Amino acid sequence: MSSNSAVKGGVPETFPQYLNYNAKRFGNRPAMRHKDFGIWQSWTWSQMQDEIRAYSIGLSELGLKPGEKVAIVGQNRPGLYWTFCAVQALGCVPVPVYADSVAEEMVYVLNHAEITFVVAQDQEQVDKILSMGDKLTMLRHVIYDEPRGLRDYDHTKLHSIKQVQQLGRDVIAKDGDVEWLKLVDRAKSDDLAVMLYTSGTTGKPKGVMLSYHNLVESARNANSFDNFDEHEEIIAYLPLAWVGDHVFSYAQSYLAGYCVCCPESPETADEDRREIAPSYFFAPPRVFEVMLTSILVRMEDAGKLKKKMFDYYMAHARKVGERILNGESVGLWDRLQYRIGEFLVYGPLKNRMGLTRMKVGYTAGEAIGPEIFRFYRSLGLNLKQLYGQTEASVYITAQPDGEISADTVGKPSPGVEIEIAESGEVMYRSPGVFQGYYKNDEATKETKTKDGWVHTGDAGFIDTDGHLRIIDRAKDVGKLSGGGMFAPKYIENRLKFFPNIKEAVAFGDGRDFCAVFINIDLTAVGNWAERNNISYASYQELAQHPEVYKTMKEHVEQVNRDLATEDMMAGSQISRFLVLHKELDADDGELTRTQKVRRSFIAERYGELIEALYDGSDEKYVETEVVFEDGRKGVISATIVISDASTFDQAQPMKEAAE
Amino acid sequence: MNVVTPQGEASLGARIVDDGIEPGAELLKVENVSLSFGGVKAIQDISFDVKKGEIRAIIGPNGAGKTSMLNVINGFYHPQEGTITFRGNVRTKMRPYMAASQGISRTFQNVALFTGMSTLDNIMAGRQLKMHKNFFWQMWRYGPAFNEEVEHRLEVEKIIDFLEIQSIRKTPVGQLPYGLQKRVELGRALAAEPSLLLLDEPMAGMNLEEKEDMSRFILDVNQQFGTTIALIEHDMGVVMDLADRVVVLDYGKKIADGFPSEVQASQEVIDAYLGVPH
Repeated sequence: MSSNSAVKGGVPETFPQYLNYNAKRFGNRPAMRHKDFGIWQSWTWSQMQDEIRAYSIGLSELGLKPGEKVAIVGQNRPGLYWTFCAVQALGCVPVPVYADSVAEEMVYVLNHAEITFVVAQDQEQVDKILSMGDKLTMLRHVIYDEPRGLRDYDHTKLHSIKQVQQLGRDVIAKDGDVEWLKLVDRAKSDDLAVMLYTSGTTGKPKGVMLSYHNLVESARNANSFDNFDEHEEIIAYLPLAWVGDHVFSYAQSYLAGYCVCCPESPETADEDRREIAPSYFFAPPRVFEVMLTSILVRMEDAGKLKKKMFDYYMAHARKVGERILNGESVGLWDRLQYRIGEFLVYGPLKNRMGLTRMKVGYTAGEAIGPEIFRFYRSLGLNLKQLYGQTEASVYITAQPDGEISADTVGKPSPGVEIEIAESGEVMYRSPGVFQGYYKNDEATKETKTKDGWVHTGDAGFIDTDGHLRIIDRAKDVGKLSGGGMFAPKYIENRLKFFPNIKEAVAFGDGRDFCAVFINIDLTAVGNWAERNNISYASYQELAQHPEVYKTMKEHVEQVNRDLATEDMMAGSQISRFLVLHKELDADDGELTRTQKVRRSFIAERYGELIEALYDGSDEKYVETEVVFEDGRKGVISATIVISDASTFDQAQPMKEAAE
Repeated sequence: MNVVTPQGEASLGARIVDDGIEPGAELLKVENVSLSFGGVKAIQDISFDVKKGEIRAIIGPNGAGKTSMLNVINGFYHPQEGTITFRGNVRTKMRPYMAASQGISRTFQNVALFTGMSTLDNIMAGRQLKMHKNFFWQMWRYGPAFNEEVEHRLEVEKIIDFLEIQSIRKTPVGQLPYGLQKRVELGRALAAEPSLLLLDEPMAGMNLEEKEDMSRFILDVNQQFGTTIALIEHDMGVVMDLADRVVVLDYGKKIADGFPSEVQASQEVIDAYLGVPH
């Protein structure tokens, strides 16, 4: 069978063309791994080509026609990644959907995108799709990856990926794959490659249309920026529907030919990362925070000697680690000590976190705490920041090696132009700029100017070194009634840098002073409670514990002390705060699916609490409706304590502290 | 480069236990069984059957004799009167391990795992009866015993995958929350590839979400492996949803037997649960 047809003109333009190209270039190199039954199962590029070709031809046998849209619902599994390519090979458009969206959210996206086929991970997702029933008018077939529990379902419209592949294999055995190869070669770089629905902090999700050209150019630039080749290994653990995962685990992998590893289950991702030790690792700041918190928590329980060793060498790493990483000159004695530390502490730590082989690590999406950022860099890990958007096929700016700092997001990525609008909003133009929002010209016009510039919606400025700094969402920056600037994200991030605080929401626009909601971090605070003999039965009870309030008050006052030293922000010190009785949750609409706070929604939902923050009361009784994981609703009620915090004088913060 | 060839999905469907009984035929038959401890009559003259492939629930108020009944089936208690027929063989006296080797597995009301051992080892222990290599072979790191272990490990991995407990594979079960321990216990019972699985209050002490998970696993075990299940449960909602047929005990006597809807409508059952002046 002539599986490796020549790609026209020699240069592939689409991902299915890259698949065939890689099967020729890297036929025996691993393309994908998946931990299953406790063992890493691997596919080489040519094996993967076989799987995808059979799958793709099977889909067309089932009646999938060019131009149709196929939804992909589930976690990171090879079968679902193959779906992208199998669907694209037929001239169709894959539309990944967040697997944890509840049924109603999903109905909107599936109908808006005019989905005809759904590929779902397992019974849970299939049930969700089937439960939508007649609401999905265009849906013809549902395909699943994991057969468990689905044996007795009606299989007239339901198929497993294996069955679809068998259909394809039968066709290949009979007629060969010439037609399919022709179809693959016919695709052009301007064709629509994928539609990614942005979770959106406001309003309904919008379908961002990206062409092959957008993705291929962005991926090529990114690979050359960090010198990625076929030898990289990455672990795919972020939502498929998120542009980052699509670019890192799909586009960049197909261009460079590197191997993508899928964890056994989301809960084992940490363990699996340790086994794979990826050479390129991307994580939102939250993941780095959680990793650091769990290390610090475990060190609290470690033996005296280990604790001492850890403290001593971490102090040394803080002193010289980052300078060594940046290639600055460091004394011989310090270098020697750092080597010993590497052997005794840093090496084992990196191994524990699965970052031993990491060449480049990126964090993006939110601001990362300077302490956290420095911690990883001082261990000798090349952690950098980037700034990106779905609309840009990720890359807008990234930090080049050796030009790293915790509070910038780097220089424009290759091929990207940046401008700061008069309003302070960051704008960019690049080959990755999206085609438009699907069936939403109005929103497209609002975001993208005629000559290709895109509004990011973020306020920022370019510093003296040419690095971009982001302050906050442009629309969130407000004013206190006294006239001082109020940038909620800035304050929230300061609070979130404490391991005990998982989430914070600041209020103050048009008010007399700044006040915050705090969400405690159950892991960190729970461990602390255990060590201090504080008993609690639930999150709610722990959150309202007086000792917890005392700690939070210390944190808030520490932030105030820091803010007092900054000219612009001294006015927005936190005067009052409360600790929320429940974790902010995407199922309740309080966070987006990418775990960002939906400020306006929270302000509406907890209106009573905000009033209580500003009317001087000491506590407030509230009832809150919550949505459980299965979509059912319940109510939790609590009496929430509201606490005052001291603020500090801008002029003499030291004096006040000394008194 | 060492590239492992992918092994495709394990054919779980092929593992349906072959015990020589046709689906729908009688797998277990309890006839006129009575059991007493001194003066206490725990079970009085009870007869019922369990058909191959069904989920059979045994319900009743506290002290009705449900667990005693399970212990009788399991061979742990020996009834003073009556006969028990399992897979066509009549038995009167037997030891629990004989029940196990005939294809009866169970879980316990109070979790009974080896708390110091990992999830993996606990489930491996469930395959004890299927391991045949003797002590001599087991002393060596390589050889037949090692190959045997690899085979069994694959079976155990399938169960771990099935029950979605990959993340706790290496965790000592003593550290696990109760709901997960129950799941591990189910895994260990499944490892023996039983033809009859006895579950003693699989959902006791669980929250709603854990109950839903467990219900789904029980249904999946029944469908995927074709395992016949007899379970004791207090949560009526669960029983009515899961069970194909229900037998109701009260004060050691059988007061109803039939489909969930029939049992639900029975006045005697309502009286037993709500209480009537005697």
